[in-house]
Amino acid sequence: MQLKFHVQRNDFSRAGQAAARIKKTLQLAGIKPAIIRKAIIVAYEAELNIVIHAYHGTITANISTGQIEILAQDEGPGIVDIDLAMQEGYSTAPPHIRKMGFGAGMGLPNIKKSSDSLEIYSAVGRGTLLRATIVIGD
Amino acid sequence: MSEYFHSVRLDEEKCKGCTNCIKHCPTEAIRVRKGRARIIEERCIDCGECIRVCPNQAKVAITDDLDSIKKYRYSIALPAPSFYGQFKPELTPEIVHAGLIALGFDSVFPVALAAEAVSRAIRNYLEQQRERPRPLISSACPAVVRLVQVRFPSLLEHIIPLVSPMEIAGRVAREAAHRQTGFGPEEIGVFFLTPCPAKVTEVKQPAGDSSSVDGAISMSVVYGNLLRMMDNLNTASLSPVVSGIGIGWGRAGGENEAIKTGSLLAVDGIHCVISVLEEIERGGLEDIDYLEAQACTGGCIGGCLVPQNPFVARVRMGNLARSRQRVESGHMFPAELDYYCRKSPVPARPALKLADDPALALMRLEEAEKIVAELPGLDCGSCGSPSCRALAEDIVQGYARRSYCIFELRRRLQQLAEEIVELAQKQPPAMGREWSPARDEGEEHD
Ligand code: SF4
Ligand code: SF4
Repeated sequence: MQLKFHVQRNDFSRAGQAAARIKKTLQLAGIKPAIIRKAIIVAYEAELNIVIHAYHGTITANISTGQIEILAQDEGPGIVDIDLAMQEGYSTAPPHIRKMGFGAGMGLPNIKKSSDSLEIYSAVGRGTLLRATIVIGD
Repeated sequence: MSEYFHSVRLDEEKCKGCTNCIKHCPTEAIRVRKGRARIIEERCIDCGECIRVCPNQAKVAITDDLDSIKKYRYSIALPAPSFYGQFKPELTPEIVHAGLIALGFDSVFPVALAAEAVSRAIRNYLEQQRERPRPLISSACPAVVRLVQVRFPSLLEHIIPLVSPMEIAGRVAREAAHRQTGFGPEEIGVFFLTPCPAKVTEVKQPAGDSSSVDGAISMSVVYGNLLRMMDNLNTASLSPVVSGIGIGWGRAGGENEAIKTGSLLAVDGIHCVISVLEEIERGGLEDIDYLEAQACTGGCIGGCLVPQNPFVARVRMGNLARSRQRVESGHMFPAELDYYCRKSPVPARPALKLADDPALALMRLEEAEKIVAELPGLDCGSCGSPSCRALAEDIVQGYARRSYCIFELRRRLQQLAEEIVELAQKQPPAMGREWSPARDEGEEHD
């Protein structure tokens, strides 16, 4: 089962829609609340990352009985130093975004905390691909 | 008997099947079938939204009637804090209480008093339990608690494990009456004067522990009866028995005003509550300690069993809350936090899944996605489901058919009509002699 969403830069008012649809879908699938919560956080933070940093991109959720895979693919400036970006509190978000209460540098760390595996590939000046998986287990 | 008790029911006679209610339900619990708006029991949270929007008064709240207090040797009225906002300022809470006695209750125990005690307990809990997930969510509005059970089960651990002012009031009132009168606890009937159906359901079928309250009587009904007898009351020497802080709980923001510690957020109106809960679910709002959340707009004064206009009630409640002195009630309530704690946790109510077996649920999901793509996406409601997506979910569960969609039906009719026309034009070779001029052109093949 696959869900796909387009995400646009600076579209803060719609950020969260992909996460909301993914949540609803997982609830219909009868996935455990704790697992769903993880997926919501991963999807939402990934969505926000595109809204804040990239030009545009897509969020894709692949749902099977064993795991949830969330892919975030964007065209944008990319991440220069991924290790640095994974540190809590490190942020490249401009001041006006921070003033809005976003871009506190918790995005990637939160994604990492809420997923069972995380891979990030980035080409500076081109874009980023993030792949997070959450194991459903029983 | 069905698994769930619900105060909110359908009056089959009055329902016209107009579908007005189905889109307003926060848990998509209503389907129109055979011209009647039926409620899916495991989804309904008794929020009363459908009662508010039904133009035909076909959605009703079942409550206990005033006569049911006669079943007990001794009866106690528990007026909700919002009750006081229904009356003109000259009818003070004390006069209202005198009126309740005149109506037939043996005594009155204001929930507002218990609200003060619960506020203290919440404050202590917030200060002691720093490691609990933030924000903690108020447990006072039963519709919100049920909303979390059905739509936000991952936030159940955020619900503060303390019982509501109504429960504490019921408990303390029964204990006190038992001590004073010697009647056995089961001879004493405790009745909440309720602003909403959600509280009725909470009394009849609590989410978790058993309830200390025996019945819930509609505030509107009591109000009407009370006004009729007010003129003949002797109210000369009544001393104040409720202070403003507890009364404040009856309107949005009042609970937080009473708690007064940490960073507190208040939200009212079921759809606004949903958007705040979504935010918490996404990991936001960890900087907030406590969320006061009420399903009704304006708080309990906006409940659908409340007689007065909520904006008028709001002003009156504000004036009352400000003008009242503190009444020392601390001695009536136990100080230890334990007395206020729930015994059992609130369970999840997974009423949304498409099947119990995960593999089957996933298959149905895929199927539903395909169907959604083919439906018109107008969410017109004519099929009896709240949206095209909901119809698709109903179809894959076997609760609906594709032909319920009037656009689908029309398309199929059109197809059929075309086929009929096509068929009508065809002729078997043995027919068509008298009006076919094409006899010389040879046989037709098709
Ligand atoms: S009371 Fe609320 S939850 Fe129940 S059917 Fe009506 S709108 Fe839906
Ligand atoms: S709003 Fe709902 S309950 Fe009321 S008449 Fe219409 S379909 Fe029936």
